[in-house]
Amino acid sequence: MSGFLAQYGGEIAELTVEHLWLTGAAMLFATAIAVPVGVWLTRRPRWAKPVIGVANVLQTIPSLAMFGFLLPLPWLGERAARVAIIALTAYALLPILRNTYAGIQGIDRSLIEVARALGLTDAQRFFKVELPLAASFILAGLRTATVTCVGIATIAAAVGAGGLGELIFRGVASVDNRLVLAGAIPAALLALVCDGALGLMERWFRIPAPGTAA
Amino acid sequence: MSVAIEFRNVCFATAEGRLLLDGISLAVEEGTTTAVLGRSGSGKTTLLRTVNRMVEPTSGEVLVSGRSVREADLIALRRSIGYVIQETGLFPHMMAERDVALVLEAESRPREERVRRSRALLGAVGLEPEQFAGRYPHQLSGGQRQRVGLARALAAEPGVLLMDEPFGALDPLTRAEMQDMMRGLMARLKKTVLLVTHDLDEALYLGDRIVLLSAGKLVANLGPEEFLRSQQPEVEEYVRAFHRGEERAAEEKRA
Repeated sequence: MSGFLAQYGGEIAELTVEHLWLTGAAMLFATAIAVPVGVWLTRRPRWAKPVIGVANVLQTIPSLAMFGFLLPLPWLGERAARVAIIALTAYALLPILRNTYAGIQGIDRSLIEVARALGLTDAQRFFKVELPLAASFILAGLRTATVTCVGIATIAAAVGAGGLGELIFRGVASVDNRLVLAGAIPAALLALVCDGALGLMERWFRIPAPGTAA
Repeated sequence: MSVAIEFRNVCFATAEGRLLLDGISLAVEEGTTTAVLGRSGSGKTTLLRTVNRMVEPTSGEVLVSGRSVREADLIALRRSIGYVIQETGLFPHMMAERDVALVLEAESRPREERVRRSRALLGAVGLEPEQFAGRYPHQLSGGQRQRVGLARALAAEPGVLLMDEPFGALDPLTRAEMQDMMRGLMARLKKTVLLVTHDLDEALYLGDRIVLLSAGKLVANLGPEEFLRSQQPEVEEYVRAFHRGEERAAEEKRA
């Protein structure tokens, strides 16, 4: 066991970092796209169904197929990491988009009315009222997306993008369960850590319900 | 005395064509409180909301201090008019101190001024600033929340205050306390108040004038004393509805 760790420890650490980087970059892109689009949809609810529908369809594409589709594309295909990040971004869109939209739509209408009646501008209403009130919801979407992507990122190794999936694929190919576990266990732990950390953040932003404890 | 708020033949119809306000004309004297009574759906709230343009009349005109609200800058207009609604109006993610001074924050006034003003107002509505400034709405009782709501409406020193059933959700004793505070405060601050309520008692207690709406029409505009004595059928009906309990008890006594 200790011999195994001595041999593979460095590589596991390196691949974990790579795994995190793929997931992190994808989450960053997905957030940068899905949050503004989600907010925009609350202003144009008529578009909500088709746009969320598209994100939904992206979600249903099997991950291996998605990596396969993207690989032959000109600029993307040059680097496997690009393919992986774009694919993961596509998977992360739906939960973030849906939660951003639902989080803002779900705010008590009378609070929005009050914000308008007090004379807040549209931007002030968004940043001072809507965003903070929807924050825990948006973070919950981000959390779902992150945990999903940490899992899917293991498959990115199939197109040579690296990450912990590499150990898993090598383990499967060489029928070495220790290698499979060396990839799977850190990936699972990573998912748990992300889940816990984002869960804490989400709780931090959660709004206490009126009527509890006076 | 000059007129602070004037409604000139104000009509409002919904997109489906339902007429909610049907030719309302009314002048509210500066520094007075006008209570607007009427059953649910009579158009009280809609009338109130035409003043800060939360509702735009289909026809007719609303003037504040002699100026049509349509000509005013929307944001500036709303900041210059205090607005209090029932129960749910406080932001659950804001401490009382911030919520009260939110309009000042929106105007980018310095923090120190906001804190000072906010604390002074909390004191004015009977909430000890040391104790309540840092509380979130869920840490306040219904009456305390309503006090914070009132303090917030006063933050920008508005001349006009719109109140939409501000004490409707409170128990009778808390409501009475709030009404007393309100009376004291208004006597001191001399605001023009438009108060929507369906509570006759509240209207009589706080109103200098009492306006009765029925199906979007203004059917009475009287002083409290006249309102109680009025022979007008709509007014009588409303007054009678409030005294049924007393009548019943009196009957019991006679029997």
